[in-house]
Amino acid sequence: MSNAALSQTESSTGADTGLGTSLLRAVAGRLVIAVPYLWLLLFFLIPFVIVFKISLSQTAIAMPPYVPVFDLSEGMSGLFASLRELSFENYLWLTEDALYFNAYVSSLMIAGASTFLTLLVGYPIAYGMARAPATLRPVLLMLVILPFWTSFLIRVYAWIGILKPEGLLNQFLLAIGVIDQPLIIMNTHTAIFIGIVYSYLPFMVLPLYSALEKMDYSLIEAAQDLGCPPTSAFWKITFPLSLPGVVAGCLLVFIPAVGEFVIPDLLGGSQTLMIGKTLWNEFFANRDWPVSSAVAVILLLLLVVPIVLFQNAQARAQEQGR
Amino acid sequence: MNASLSRFNIVSIVLGFAFLYLPIVLLVVFSFNESKLVTVWGGFSTKWYVAMFQNQGLMDAAWVTARVAFISATVATVLGTMAALALTRYTRFRGRILFSGMVFAPLVMPEVITGLSLLLLFVSMGLDRGFLTVTLAHITFTMCFVAVVVQSRLVTFDRSLEEAAMDLGATPVKTFFQVTLPVILPAIVSGWMLAFTLSLDDLVIASFTSGPGATTLPMKIYSQVRLGVTPEINAVCTLLIAVVTVGVIAAAIVNKRREVQRQRDEQAAQRG
Repeated sequence: MSNAALSQTESSTGADTGLGTSLLRAVAGRLVIAVPYLWLLLFFLIPFVIVFKISLSQTAIAMPPYVPVFDLSEGMSGLFASLRELSFENYLWLTEDALYFNAYVSSLMIAGASTFLTLLVGYPIAYGMARAPATLRPVLLMLVILPFWTSFLIRVYAWIGILKPEGLLNQFLLAIGVIDQPLIIMNTHTAIFIGIVYSYLPFMVLPLYSALEKMDYSLIEAAQDLGCPPTSAFWKITFPLSLPGVVAGCLLVFIPAVGEFVIPDLLGGSQTLMIGKTLWNEFFANRDWPVSSAVAVILLLLLVVPIVLFQNAQARAQEQGR
Repeated sequence: MNASLSRFNIVSIVLGFAFLYLPIVLLVVFSFNESKLVTVWGGFSTKWYVAMFQNQGLMDAAWVTARVAFISATVATVLGTMAALALTRYTRFRGRILFSGMVFAPLVMPEVITGLSLLLLFVSMGLDRGFLTVTLAHITFTMCFVAVVVQSRLVTFDRSLEEAAMDLGATPVKTFFQVTLPVILPAIVSGWMLAFTLSLDDLVIASFTSGPGATTLPMKIYSQVRLGVTPEINAVCTLLIAVVTVGVIAAAIVNKRREVQRQRDEQAAQRG
């Protein structure tokens, strides 16, 4: 029986298999949707509501360290009383202290710059992989994915030994006589850039590779036959065709990089200001839960647009795969 | 795209892989360093591995991490597979947009936000922070990765196989376990492994949601790294890298074998 014939029978199978199985099927279908749905509602969506609520609370020396705490034992009047105590004070505080504003701006700039650098480093690699012989490609793909499986923390840690003033990079450069004084890279923005490019490179290379691999190379040959120089053939054909990969890769790097904590903390030293670090310090050092919640809410608002773009790209890829 | 490699392509691949692998290689090499200085070579030694195994705090943390990773990866695989089925098989149900949003958003959500929000949830639920809360947190963020991996296999799944099974009288549940599951099993296995390593790796979400008595290995490594770089940490990292590398390569080989076997079976079925 052909595929077409089979799919035509699809609609009739429900009637054929009887009431019992179709009921079972409906229940199974409900469960498959409901269980992960409820889980994500409880552990992903509701927590954001709680973050928002606590960002409107005041700090208190108690456990949990904020007031008001909803006390359901007092009934609806208690609930309303505690609702009245909520205020936007923490958000005002964020606007008054330049520290937070600077942290947001510098996070966005560091993430933007390092996303661009990751694209610059990742594109030639993805391009080379896409042009490699078909037998070699799975191995190259595996080699790109493998570092992603090893711990993020370990990969950042590895760079400390390399970038330190007395580290391996400086030892090497001094030994071959390129420099006569150690370079100061640790605890600068350069170290953060290196850390982000290194850690997020697979996220950039994979979508770029899958876009470039699908490209028909004969288009380039045709352009070159018609007298188009290689550089303009690249900008007019290759790059536009790889654009979905570029967008996906950049979003996959940019969004988590804005809120990155480990890299600025371990490589950037105490001076670098990034919002993930600020949130961490508010929470763990100052134990100020309401302010760290407000910091998180603003960070989320900043990322809403890129996250929606990312989801649309995902949905489109899903439709195409269908 | 198919053409020969230019010199530029070869150079960029070689430099790219050198950049990706050199730091890891150096980390591994210096774990065998005799000297206490991480960056000066003082001869070959395995003494840091001995020191590592005698460090009770480190061993306890490793045991906690292994249990958290195993439990959360297993639950996340079940939930993630269900989510993938829901997304590919049921194109219309109420709240589908919200659902797909909740599956994809955690993939890029900054970890500090996920960690903080989960912690605040656990506090308002009155749950004590510890083993249970880290495990719940890890299930939540890893199940989305499982869902994406399984979903990418499901969209290319030939549904006529299921319909054939049902035409021949199999119940939907039986069809799922005997037809669908074997085909998507490699994706489920790699989803499980991804969830396991993500849980093994995670520092930020664990720091927020864990409590006394449930310190995970990344938390332990992080607190030691803050005090300074020591060869003992290099040894721990080398061992972790070895475990993960062996696991990933073994899984790739098994997958490859299954794939070859499946193709042979299909060819045989077509001939017969």
